[in-house]
Amino acid sequence: MMSLNVEKIRAEFPVLHQEVNGKPLVYFDNAATTQKPKSVIDALGNYYKLDNSNIHRGAHTLADRATRYFEDTRTALKAFINAKEDSEIIFTKGTTESINLVASTFGRKFLKQGDEILISTMEHHANIVPWQMLCEESGAVLKVIPIDESGEIIFEEFEKLLSEKTKILAIVHASNALGTINPVKEMIQAAKKQGAKVLLDGAQSTSHLHIDVQELDCDFLCFSAHKLFGPTGLGVLYGKRELLEVMPPYQGGGEMIKEVSFDKTTYNEIPFKFEAGTPNIADVIAFKKAIEFINTLGKDAIKQHEDALLDYAVNALSEIKGFIPVGTARDKVSVVSFNINGMHPFDVGVMLDANGIAVRTGHHCTQPLMQRFGLEGTVRASFSVYNTQTEIDQMVSSVIKIAKIKNK
Amino acid sequence: MNSSIKEIQDEIIDEFSILGDDKESTIFYIMELGGKLPEFPEKDRVEENIIKGCQSKVWLTTKEENDQVHFLADSNTDITKGLISLLIRVLSGRKPKEILDADLYFIDKIGMGNIIGSQRSNGLAAMIKQMKLYALAYQTKQNA
Repeated sequence: MMSLNVEKIRAEFPVLHQEVNGKPLVYFDNAATTQKPKSVIDALGNYYKLDNSNIHRGAHTLADRATRYFEDTRTALKAFINAKEDSEIIFTKGTTESINLVASTFGRKFLKQGDEILISTMEHHANIVPWQMLCEESGAVLKVIPIDESGEIIFEEFEKLLSEKTKILAIVHASNALGTINPVKEMIQAAKKQGAKVLLDGAQSTSHLHIDVQELDCDFLCFSAHKLFGPTGLGVLYGKRELLEVMPPYQGGGEMIKEVSFDKTTYNEIPFKFEAGTPNIADVIAFKKAIEFINTLGKDAIKQHEDALLDYAVNALSEIKGFIPVGTARDKVSVVSFNINGMHPFDVGVMLDANGIAVRTGHHCTQPLMQRFGLEGTVRASFSVYNTQTEIDQMVSSVIKIAKIKNK
Repeated sequence: MNSSIKEIQDEIIDEFSILGDDKESTIFYIMELGGKLPEFPEKDRVEENIIKGCQSKVWLTTKEENDQVHFLADSNTDITKGLISLLIRVLSGRKPKEILDADLYFIDKIGMGNIIGSQRSNGLAAMIKQMKLYALAYQTKQNA
């Protein structure tokens, strides 16, 4: 495998080349959102400069061009996750909306009193709250898979919770707060044996791991463009055709109809049935450039680079007196969550920022997970393909200085 | 005669001006100030003393002595503790009317917004509001 030319990659990301608080910016908040390459930024501008038009029904050249580019992204995404067909790719506002869509349509139609929905302790609030809302409405029951001290799912407990009552397993592929990669293939197989449908929250995994929805056999996959070098406010819901077809529409309006009369409205085919209103055309078109950026580098090379950064960071940080790692699973994406003995994560984050280092602090929208560990929050550094060992050295020397305040 | 609210604010502005633009030393200084706050009684670390609207936990209690309002506070984060120690330095031991009339210009002058970010700035505003609410309550009682 070719190793990556990181300097060349960095040159494609304008935002990285600036100083913050008098120090070179070190951007380690990639699990929150990744930066955007020039190709994506240019595609956004070019769309508005050259192609802006509403899609799908225009009888003119610009509309046709915009429609083609828009649908090209769908095709690129189909290949990116190996869906069977383009129409299994639905554009949404993001992972959160994708999950809500499934809960409100599939969930409302098929779940009833006493059914069970299974999630894990490490879910993001976006994969908890929509299911709680569905449970309130339908009388279904939410069950939670416990995790161990290292932040791994306890598989035997998961198997015990599975039964024929389990209708949905909604599980995060890679934890945003801990980095843990869950054994989703095995989990999906086990859930399928009980006849459950499986929704995979791929917000954190799609940028790091190979995803093949047919091989995984998940029923739904949700992810966001902005964590994949793409624009904000855009996400994807993958769903198997046979499920999408029997699900009722999510919202009513333009695009999603076949015919409307005051007596009866018939709905459009998938994917359009789930894409009411004028979609986020510019961002969808630009998203294709982000997919191309990833494909050009190759996910294997990206993963290898990020794994090396993760190892390097964990080794260096572990030497620091007062460093407390949170989440030490064997299989992780490039996320280091930690605390400094005697210090609040907010304070650590502010001090790192004073040194030009951008990290996330707090509960990472995973309050039940934080409660599991008895923590208010953590400091989270998350690495991407454009990060370097030199940047990690910068963070480590800052953490050494900060940790000394309370760990003499 | 104690220094006036204005004098104390000007004193703080002078102290921070020595630190200049260096954000790191400013934060270290704020944390150091927080460390100097008097011990907060464990029994007062309760829900009803928590200031709503702060991202970190801030507990605030008051007592009245010789018609003056005295504040005692604590936080679970050192930076926030430093921030409230500045407010206490300016506002504690004053008559309710002085607290209510106080124009806290030092916060802008020392560039606090840049140092702590917008979320904590909201928290700081919540602390000031709560201190003024206590002052108003004492004033109402004194005038009764």
